[in-house]
Amino acid sequence: MFGDYSLGDLGSIFVMQGFAGLILFSVYVLMALGLAIIFGQMGVINMAHGEFMILGAYVTWMTSSFFQSYLPSLFSGYFFLAMILAFIASGALGMLVEWVLIRHLYKRPLDTLLATWGLSLILQQAYRSVFGAREVGVELPQWMLGSLHVTDSIEVPINGVFVMCLTVLITISVAYVMYRSRWGRQVRAVVQNRIMAGAVGINTEKVDRYTFGLGCGIAGIAGSAFTMIGSTGPTSGQLYIVDTFLVVVFGGAASLVGTIASAFSISQTQSTLEFFMSGSMAKVLTLLAVVGILMLRPQGLFALKVRK
Amino acid sequence: MTDNRFFNRSELIGILVLAVFLVVVLPLTLDVFRLNLVAKYLTYAFVALGLVICWGYGGILSLGQGVFFGLGGYCMAMFLKLEASSVENTKIQSTPGIPDFMDWNQITALPLFWKPFNSLTFTIAAIILVPGIFAFIIGTAMFKRRVGGTYFAIITQAVAAILTILIVGQQGYTGGINGMTDLRTLKGWDIRPDHAKVVLYFFEVGCLLVCIMIAQFIRRSKLGRILVAMREKEDRVRFSGYSVANFKIFAFCIAAVFAAIGGAMFALNVGFMSPSFVGIVPSIEMVIYTAVGGRLSILGAVYGTLLVNFAKTSLSETFPELWLFGLGGLFIAVVLAFPNGLAGIWGDYVQPRIDRLMPSRKSKPDGWTDSSVADGAPAE
Repeated sequence: MFGDYSLGDLGSIFVMQGFAGLILFSVYVLMALGLAIIFGQMGVINMAHGEFMILGAYVTWMTSSFFQSYLPSLFSGYFFLAMILAFIASGALGMLVEWVLIRHLYKRPLDTLLATWGLSLILQQAYRSVFGAREVGVELPQWMLGSLHVTDSIEVPINGVFVMCLTVLITISVAYVMYRSRWGRQVRAVVQNRIMAGAVGINTEKVDRYTFGLGCGIAGIAGSAFTMIGSTGPTSGQLYIVDTFLVVVFGGAASLVGTIASAFSISQTQSTLEFFMSGSMAKVLTLLAVVGILMLRPQGLFALKVRK
Repeated sequence: MTDNRFFNRSELIGILVLAVFLVVVLPLTLDVFRLNLVAKYLTYAFVALGLVICWGYGGILSLGQGVFFGLGGYCMAMFLKLEASSVENTKIQSTPGIPDFMDWNQITALPLFWKPFNSLTFTIAAIILVPGIFAFIIGTAMFKRRVGGTYFAIITQAVAAILTILIVGQQGYTGGINGMTDLRTLKGWDIRPDHAKVVLYFFEVGCLLVCIMIAQFIRRSKLGRILVAMREKEDRVRFSGYSVANFKIFAFCIAAVFAAIGGAMFALNVGFMSPSFVGIVPSIEMVIYTAVGGRLSILGAVYGTLLVNFAKTSLSETFPELWLFGLGGLFIAVVLAFPNGLAGIWGDYVQPRIDRLMPSRKSKPDGWTDSSVADGAPAE
């Protein structure tokens, strides 16, 4: 298998493959962060998470089209505005959904699964009616195209580097918000003991709504970042939802470190295996390994020790 | 009131009404095309029936029932496919006597795991045993370690995803995305013409009624009561000395076997099997059939399946765009407004009026059947 390559080539292939894995890792982390808040902290199974992501992608696409037609001079910077808009749009929709649907179901987690699946079907059809069934792709500004030549045989795409930087930035901000800020403390208090948190004066309903909105907003940013890598269609979200849930569960639902570690191991395993076999078999083996490990360690890699 | 141990009067009447509806009313009123559609819907009713036991009564939501439906269906389809690829039928292939998709994928000999499917006895045993054993393995691995609820749901979903990718990826062995098509005969008896469809329909209804009886038996036996107790307060059942995991495994296996029988019927009735009935989306749709019918009602599962599928066919024929909105709305409505589905509506609104009309037949409330949980969904 390796006979045809020289040692240097092999090294570069592994670096490039590893880098492809890192981009996949960034996308997984972005998608899983929102879900780790919604599922891990709040315990809501949000099957419509992928659709919130797609909303972010569509918002990005609309922003880029708007800049292209009306503000071509500022096109190179549209992406930063698009990300903010995606966050606001997905977050607002998330808060609306929480108010209409989710808040009635906090005691019935399995039912949130069914209800949000229904929501995802409605959103998919809505996207199809509004944006059409065809996949849309975003035109990248000039500076994001091309790649950095690290050595003669290793080159890394700039948009991949950008997505990775974005991921690091967002992960750090989420970690800060959840673990250092006053609001994050309130969220965790509400999650751990809703009644007690209410008794000490936290407005639990408001905290719930903003937490759900934050989770969905991060999904929107993930979708926005996703437009740089692939194209977006009405049903794209569904493709990723199981992977994302596995990432969160595998890492240990309530642990941010766990989410990142599991996203890293899953994406690296998959992209390494893809080098040796077909993509579908690599995926099967990765998922099988994840399910197998989950059967041995049901609480995930980094389970928090809590009394139930 | 003569109360049999396994039926009270209204349940017996309910089953008889369903039997008459399926055996007499539908065949007399529908043409063969529509009857075959009903037969296709009823294959999902097997799955819904299993979900009533496993989800409604046991509290275990499996989002991977499509896996078992698919395993049963593929077992049956493999037998039928081998019969359809006899040497004379496949003369034009470079290696006659093997299924056409293997020939297209440069596989020249029948793979080892296909060989036993030349025998019908083995196939029937496989339809029951393969999904049963598979469910047993998953169930043992999960329930012995006390994994339940949402985690179980997500892992079954992952299993459904794995199986779909595997089937699609291993095109030479499974027919890939197209599945196994062009199934013709069962032991030399052509399954394609109209009269065969009618015979298969009645055979299927017979099987369904047997499964309903089994489900009813489970529900009314001590086993059913333990399942409900487990769903409500798992720890107390465990402290009382019952092996909670074993009961859960049993419920999950029963649901898997029912689903597999449905899948096998599907392959027979529809004449093909493909991975599009295995994955996550069909699995969740199967859950919604149960939810619409009422997760605690055996008969509700059958009616719910028929109703949702009828609505799907007629709505998606005329208003393809409305259908997804309708289905999504249905999910939300079932969860928010009537968690016990059609059966809940019947039990809450229709049954009391009937009882009022017939005061002599006062149905006595029994503590552990549907009425006790009609006011809300089962707790985790």
